[in-house]
Amino acid sequence: MQQRAETGKDCLPFTTSATDRTEQTVGKPRTVDREKAITGDRIFKWMTTGFAFSILIILGLMLFQMAGESWPALKQFGWQFVTGRDWDAVQGHFGALPYLYGSVVSSVLALLLATPLSIGAAIFITEIAPKRLGSLIAPLVELLAAIPSVIYGLWGVLVMAPWLQSTVEPFLIERFGFLPFFQGAPYGVSMLAAVFILMIMVVPIITSITREVLLAVPQSQKEAAIALGATRWETIMMAVLPYGRSGIMGAAILGLGRAVGETMAVTMVIGNAPQISASLLSPAYTMPSVIANEFAEAVSKLHTAALMEIGLMLLVVTLIINALARLLIWGVTKDSSGGAA
Amino acid sequence: MNNKVQLDQVNIHFGKTHAVKNVSILFPENSVTAIIGPSGCGKSTLLRSINRMHDLFPSARVEGRILVDGSDIYDKGVDPVSIRRRVGMVFQKPNPFPAMSIYDNVIAGYKLNGRMVKSEADDIVETSLKRVALWEEVKDRLKTNAMNLSGGQQQRLCIARTIAVKPEVILMDEPASALDPISTLKIEELIEELKERYTIIIVTHNMQQAARVSDYTAFLYMGELVECGETKKIFTTPEQKQTEDYITGRFG
Ligand SMILES: Nc1ncnc2c1ncn2[C@@H]1O[C@H](COP(=O)(O)OP(=O)(O)O)[C@@H](O)[C@H]1O
Ligand SMILES: [Mg+2]
Repeated sequence: MQQRAETGKDCLPFTTSATDRTEQTVGKPRTVDREKAITGDRIFKWMTTGFAFSILIILGLMLFQMAGESWPALKQFGWQFVTGRDWDAVQGHFGALPYLYGSVVSSVLALLLATPLSIGAAIFITEIAPKRLGSLIAPLVELLAAIPSVIYGLWGVLVMAPWLQSTVEPFLIERFGFLPFFQGAPYGVSMLAAVFILMIMVVPIITSITREVLLAVPQSQKEAAIALGATRWETIMMAVLPYGRSGIMGAAILGLGRAVGETMAVTMVIGNAPQISASLLSPAYTMPSVIANEFAEAVSKLHTAALMEIGLMLLVVTLIINALARLLIWGVTKDSSGGAA
Repeated sequence: MNNKVQLDQVNIHFGKTHAVKNVSILFPENSVTAIIGPSGCGKSTLLRSINRMHDLFPSARVEGRILVDGSDIYDKGVDPVSIRRRVGMVFQKPNPFPAMSIYDNVIAGYKLNGRMVKSEADDIVETSLKRVALWEEVKDRLKTNAMNLSGGQQQRLCIARTIAVKPEVILMDEPASALDPISTLKIEELIEELKERYTIIIVTHNMQQAARVSDYTAFLYMGELVECGETKKIFTTPEQKQTEDYITGRFG
């Protein structure tokens, strides 16, 4: 029924190398004085607890301080500060909605463009590219994440905005001008420019985090899919991405946080006009940009307070985004068997 | 009886490591063949060559011929994906997809065939789960996450997922070694039933298990096939001294 290979008879002598795979852990007798160790443990615990709480305290103090500084504006405008569109320092009208709008729209659109791009890049680096190429690209991506934002801003103003004005925006107006998003004159500096610059800035961040998430997908998960007859692409869709889904979402939210807080590059390309326009070709304004532009030359106490309140809004938005990211990552570690953080 | 799978002078290298040395062996259809041998002797390596899992590792080199139904699965122009649909595999550690429900896990492989109607999927899930004796335990919570199952249930789920694809051969790499004794027993009973429809090749380092579940046994040592034949004969009157030493527990 079954045959034996003729050459299968001469076996090499048995050596331990075949079985020594299981490591042995030998218990060492304790040499450290127990008492000392326990005291050290306590001190360590108190110190780390202190550090952890100091972060909370700093955050609380910051919120308190900012609320105090912005009190005149908070008292005078109430919710109208968030819903008002009129920002006139001389007249003393302060409505921050255009800044909130500019920040949220530019960041969210940038994220919507950046996330699929980043996931694609991370998949390429980890799953598709030959090992050598992948390990060449990965550090380059991290390098991109480390470039100061003013450099991106300069490039945006000097290279990208003129190109948008001369090429991209006229094309959009001609082809898609019937949509409200692409109406008006091509200025170059615009919401669109901010979206692009933010996209370029967050892609490296999301890509490098997603890459780590994908690297953490166990081989056994991929093999499960492959053994079912999945192609490489199907394996990625069936085993790799679902396993890392929470981690990838966390990466995207961290990217969003970065985009919302980004000041320099956006200020340089967005046009700094406090208006709410459906058209992406119009200039706009963001919360960090108005603080950076107006704080040094605030004309009145109320003006300073209004800028402080924008800072408070920005802080709250950032906190909300980070809380969402934590929740996602917590959701992963809670169900420790599924997914990578 | 037909020989479903045939290995003909198979050599497998990982870079400089010669993991499987000139192995020739036949696996009869609708039977269970156990591959036994000490850890590191090349059992997994040999098993994984039968559904071309080594294709994933650029350093792996498979030489010789591996025939399924008489045709070489390593021939030029053979799509490894189509081979893996005919030769399924169950792994040592249960590896259900953690992001999926029990239902979605079972149907995951079959779904790759393309669109299907829901009733068809329902049928396949039910028959596959019944075949691995898991249906009664999970039928009320098919849509819940697969990771809520115990280790033994997860492994049976993985077997259900494998047979849902309707393979002809099932490779099992120490499928019970991560499980408790009761789950192990269930898996062993399952193997007994599955052989009516499938050709099963199981790697195990547990000799009692090999003796219990298999019709044929192959003893592998340091990459070489020392002896193979009917399980009863291997365990009672082995021809080779080494085989006898191994099964009587003198080493390994
Ligand atoms: N992917 C791999 N790359 C390099 N060497 C490997 C790989 N897989 C197995 N080997 C080597 O092949 C030999 C046989 O391993 P394996 O087939 O896993 O043994 P067993 O399953 O019998 O315990 C070992 O020396 C192991 O180190
Ligand atoms: Mg093994």
